[in-house]
Amino acid sequence: MILGLARSWSLTGYAIAVLLVLPLLALLLQAAQPDEAVFGHLLSTVLPTYIANSLWLILWVSIGSLLLALPCAWLMARCEFVGRRYLQWALLLPLAMPAYIVAYVYTDLLDYAGPVQRSLRALFGWSSPQDYFFPDIRTLGGAACVLSLVLFPYIYLLARTAFMEQSLNLAHASRIMGCSPWQSFWRLSLPMARPALAVGVALVAMETAADFATVNYFAVPTLTTAVYDTWLGYGNLTAAAKLSAIILLVVFSLIGVERFARRKQQLFQKQSRIQAIDLYRLSPMQTLLGLGYCGMLLLLAFVLPSGILLSYAINYFEQSWDPLFWQLSVNSLTLALITSLVCCVIALVLMFIRRVSPRSSDALPSRLASTGYALPGTVLAIGVLVPLTLLDFAINDIADWLGMAGPGLLLTGSTVALVFAFCVRFVAIAIGSVESSYKRISPSLDMVSLTLGQSPRRLLQRVHLPLLTKGLFAGALLVFIESMKELPAALLLRPIGFENLATYVFQFVSDEKLEHGALPAIVIVLVGLVPLIYLNRSLEQDNR
Amino acid sequence: MKWVTCAALIGLMSVAQSAHADEKLTVYSYRQAFLVEPILKRFTEETGIGVNVVFAKDGIAERIAREGRLSPADLVLTSDFSRLVELVEKDLTSPVQSAQLDNNIPAQYRDPEGQWYALTMRVRNIYTAKDRLGPQAIRYEELADPKYKGKICTRSGKHPYNIALVASMIAHHGEADTKTWLQGVKTNLARKPQGNDRGQVQAVKEGLCDIAIGNSYYYGNMLQDPEQMSWAEAVVINFPNQADRGAHVNVSGMVLARHAPNKDNAIKLMEFLSGDVAQKAYAEVNMEYPVKADVAPSTLVASWGEFKADQLPIFKLAEYHQAAVKLLDEVQFDL
Repeated sequence: MILGLARSWSLTGYAIAVLLVLPLLALLLQAAQPDEAVFGHLLSTVLPTYIANSLWLILWVSIGSLLLALPCAWLMARCEFVGRRYLQWALLLPLAMPAYIVAYVYTDLLDYAGPVQRSLRALFGWSSPQDYFFPDIRTLGGAACVLSLVLFPYIYLLARTAFMEQSLNLAHASRIMGCSPWQSFWRLSLPMARPALAVGVALVAMETAADFATVNYFAVPTLTTAVYDTWLGYGNLTAAAKLSAIILLVVFSLIGVERFARRKQQLFQKQSRIQAIDLYRLSPMQTLLGLGYCGMLLLLAFVLPSGILLSYAINYFEQSWDPLFWQLSVNSLTLALITSLVCCVIALVLMFIRRVSPRSSDALPSRLASTGYALPGTVLAIGVLVPLTLLDFAINDIADWLGMAGPGLLLTGSTVALVFAFCVRFVAIAIGSVESSYKRISPSLDMVSLTLGQSPRRLLQRVHLPLLTKGLFAGALLVFIESMKELPAALLLRPIGFENLATYVFQFVSDEKLEHGALPAIVIVLVGLVPLIYLNRSLEQDNR
Repeated sequence: MKWVTCAALIGLMSVAQSAHADEKLTVYSYRQAFLVEPILKRFTEETGIGVNVVFAKDGIAERIAREGRLSPADLVLTSDFSRLVELVEKDLTSPVQSAQLDNNIPAQYRDPEGQWYALTMRVRNIYTAKDRLGPQAIRYEELADPKYKGKICTRSGKHPYNIALVASMIAHHGEADTKTWLQGVKTNLARKPQGNDRGQVQAVKEGLCDIAIGNSYYYGNMLQDPEQMSWAEAVVINFPNQADRGAHVNVSGMVLARHAPNKDNAIKLMEFLSGDVAQKAYAEVNMEYPVKADVAPSTLVASWGEFKADQLPIFKLAEYHQAAVKLLDEVQFDL
């Protein structure tokens, strides 16, 4: 854009970004402190293994999720076959499953002592681990499989939206030119969906980098578990902050590589969406294959874990039913709603500034704001507490000075800290979502409306907002579900007496009694399903 | 745009609950709510003092340190000893002098200055396969014996319970010997450390290993769980080192927070927790050994027989905590 944008916009952008980066800065300051040689000790003993594990895990999960998601996304967006309508929304269901619960269920299931191997032993008369080979679930590979199963819907959602919004003209052109569906996919849809896919993979990579509970179950030590360990085992926050800095380095390199790969790509489309009439009709054989593939994925990622949760919940119903559930559900919902709303507003403002500002430096706020996602929840919690505590103390000091009674821990003692932390962590999702939607809006639209004398604010309200609705909504939804599931930050930052579903379930999981926490875990899943169904409704209405 | 931001802010403010609670106690707890809440309920019934519990698996000390003089925490409950000491070392506790506490809690289970008090005790037991090994007069040192190669299961070495065990080994044998011992134990593992204490017992039942390391109360908890009863029935509970120094014990405990806004009530609660009612509840609900001498453990726990506990002063465990963590890293115990 070659147009002046008032400085006040830039200032707003930077103000928001600085606020969101505060926890990170606090952490980096912490990392710069001396740490009594703990970090050096780690470096000479276990750190190389941790780093290698983290990198391999990120790589495998990214590849795994992409491979799982792509066929589904394409089938759902561009093909017509029996059962597609149900599968289309069913494939979003795994998003409502907290990763740590899926991991727990599969570990339980496939362990040597689990039912699968037990029945195998009973069947073949084996009696010890030496008698047969069975892949060990608690390995890097096992963790990668489970995380891919949990995280693939991110890519699926973004890829499907991208495939659906691809230009009709191009689809027509490819058909007239005699492209087979395959060719159309490889040569047209896939390259055009790259921005969305890149955002999806980046999200998955960050989720993987920040995952603690899952790798913990699988006894796969990564940088994230090391952060935890160092902070709790060694009681050394500074060394933990240094490790977090390494995680950040890894994540930023990932994002850098991704951006570098797409540096020359530009893509503008008019919003003429694929219509039902343009879908490829699948033959019965193809239908069977498509259904089989998507169905199996759904079974593994959602049906089986929920089934096991259900059976636990039924078996342990008496011990675990608690009238508190309503309150806990309301708490979780409120928190998630507010977080997604705030994240969307921030994402919209930051991306708008980046889009229309002639100053290249104005791309910085949205980049900065996206960094929080790479922080493991526990470390983020500490990072949030540092600046907010300072603020709290300042407020109380001012109150004292004015001779009034201080309000106590206004920020850190209330849900403000929680919402702030969630926003820091999840705003990247909303930003990514808005970004990939913006990629599909041609800049000529901006030029036209600005030429016609619209102010930037009107441009945002009247042109961009309607076009971005779907992207915003998808982003809000992802943020919502993430906030429902987020655990470590919630554990550490919640105000006195505030519980939500995730923290409640975790009490049981951490005490190795998932059976007793199965009921509230199901509630997390169910509450997460409500917005999923809603989102799908809106997608379907668009398709008519 | 502006109205959306306003709405968001108003929403924020509406859920922001002030941390001010009058006439209430605030407890930060490392121990699960299910265990603590019934006991606190009794306290409220008896005294009329309402109690707020904040449960967190970790990071409580860090949090209280940040909250400083504005911290609402009155009392902290921990599930192992190293956490008690962490609070004391970070200067987050205040000493408590109370004749009742001194009467209820034996001297080795409290700080001479009253900075911390233990509430319950648990043994780090060695479980053996009932049909393959039977009861064993086993010592921790023997876990490194080559005759047990590929036979031992344990949870992560970095878990506080295992760190405390390693710390006690350092206290008795010094760092060099303990390192050799750890390497021996690592060689004897049937699989890399994973899961939890119950999972190790389950693995013994499944024939994956013959020896599991785990806390005493898990045995009681498993026996009471219809799904896990068969795991516990597949093993024998052994109290290690009975012929020499005695079994390693760890404690859960409490401290009074340095900036406790409700000190008097907090001390009342501490006294209550050390008293008969609460001690009995700990014994019955979680199968732990009460520290109060005249409160008997539950019938089930008592049925495992008397045992000799390691007389190592408990503060030694904290002294060697860091060294233990370092050794575990050096031998790459979990990798």
